[in-house]
Amino acid sequence: MTWVSACKLEDIEQEGAIRFDHGGRTYAVYRGPDDSVYCTAGLCTHEAVHLADGLVMDFEVECPKHSGVFDYRTGEAIRLPACENLKTYPAEVIDGEVRVALG
Amino acid sequence: MDGIVIIGAGECGTRAAFALREAGYSGSVTLVGAEPHLPYERPPLSKPMNGAVEMKVICARDALETAGIDYLHGLSASKLDADAGTVSLSDGRLLRYEKLLLATGARPRRLTCPGAELALDFRTHADAEAVFSRIDAGQRVAIIGGGLIGMELASVLRGKDVSVSVIEAAPKPLGRAVPQRFAEQLHARHAEEGVRFHLGRGVAAISDDGVALSDGSMVPADLVVSAIGVLPETALAEAAGLAAGNGILTDACLRTSAPNVFAAGDCAAVAQPRGGHIRYESWRNARAQAETAARNMAGAAETFTAIPWFWSDQYDLGLQVAGLPQPTHQSVVRPIAGGELEFYLDGGRLAAAAGLGIGNGVAKDIKLAEMLIAAGTNADPAALADPGLNLKTLLKSARAA
Repeated sequence: MTWVSACKLEDIEQEGAIRFDHGGRTYAVYRGPDDSVYCTAGLCTHEAVHLADGLVMDFEVECPKHSGVFDYRTGEAIRLPACENLKTYPAEVIDGEVRVALG
Repeated sequence: MDGIVIIGAGECGTRAAFALREAGYSGSVTLVGAEPHLPYERPPLSKPMNGAVEMKVICARDALETAGIDYLHGLSASKLDADAGTVSLSDGRLLRYEKLLLATGARPRRLTCPGAELALDFRTHADAEAVFSRIDAGQRVAIIGGGLIGMELASVLRGKDVSVSVIEAAPKPLGRAVPQRFAEQLHARHAEEGVRFHLGRGVAAISDDGVALSDGSMVPADLVVSAIGVLPETALAEAAGLAAGNGILTDACLRTSAPNVFAAGDCAAVAQPRGGHIRYESWRNARAQAETAARNMAGAAETFTAIPWFWSDQYDLGLQVAGLPQPTHQSVVRPIAGGELEFYLDGGRLAAAAGLGIGNGVAKDIKLAEMLIAAGTNADPAALADPGLNLKTLLKSARAA
């Protein structure tokens, strides 16, 4: 497992997400309402749409196109048309820096 | 048990079939579709990858089997007998139903001028393949109709280095579904991208050389596409004596005038709380009405209240509209990174919102606006106009109030 620096915590709006591209792949990094951080695959499992453009409410992110909803802590698909879970990656904050463990 | 029969296996009919199971319905479910394929999504048809039109299925065959949905493809319904509770199919078989859902959708409106048969439609997978298989860089395409489908197609074709002319009878493109502010911005972008517009002119005739316009001018074209809107498929319902107008008329619970017969999606004109009926033509509406109709067929009595919403992608721009903006609404504009939002207030209450930006850049805010509309929020125009004020904050205070 390789930990990489994704961004600063302050780069992500509280209860928000940003897109993070690394090694030719795209991810979404989330900051929860309690400032906890999470990382999932960046594209919706229904169609290739960047989830970081979607609305984050509590611990859920909604696809900006088709309104599929995922729990970004577990990757679980919780509203159609999303039915396949998102892959998740460990994430942590160290000295204001968000690091994610990819691969 | 005769079970539930669904006529039409597009986004609406297919969603309804699964939603019946989600609602706990355990009787038989038969889904009848006229096209030969598994149910597929229409939005990707205008976005071919490397020239090939994508067939994105809504569900795999085993998903239908797992859900116990009997899918009959390549068949249409030829006769409905609402008194007997039967529907006849094009292969001669007769299905009995306990409840019936008409999800017959819509078909492209056809031109009536001489040579109209030379113009290709753009609705089905077969239509999309016919268009894209005949197009090469450097060719000239004339699109008749400057609505959403015509303009989306124009943007895709410009990306393939095809010369595009758009012919529109109205003085401006996108005049029907898109708020004026964004219709103008999209029109300007198309002009910048080299699309030639022939506005305020009708089509006199189509020939192998192109399109002759009502003012005598000629738009030369190698291929002509007709995108002048759709008509609801009401023939089956009307022949059975069901009430119809611009669509199969339903009450707020999506019940038609015949007992045990429901209608949803592009074919359904749904009764509104303030009178009249509205028919929507959008992906989300097809699914949302399917879900309400399915729950009601399974025994609920829900009224359909979802806020209409659609998107359109043109070039790198994404448009989203929630609610029904009216010219009488007060307009409030908020600039955002790479675009703009416009809010529409009706007597102080937020009634609709639209946005145009790069990619899906307006999606978050339009979703929040939709929730503000649903909450019946009286919104302060100054707050809506302020890009520094997160709409989520407004929503939370509206919900707390």
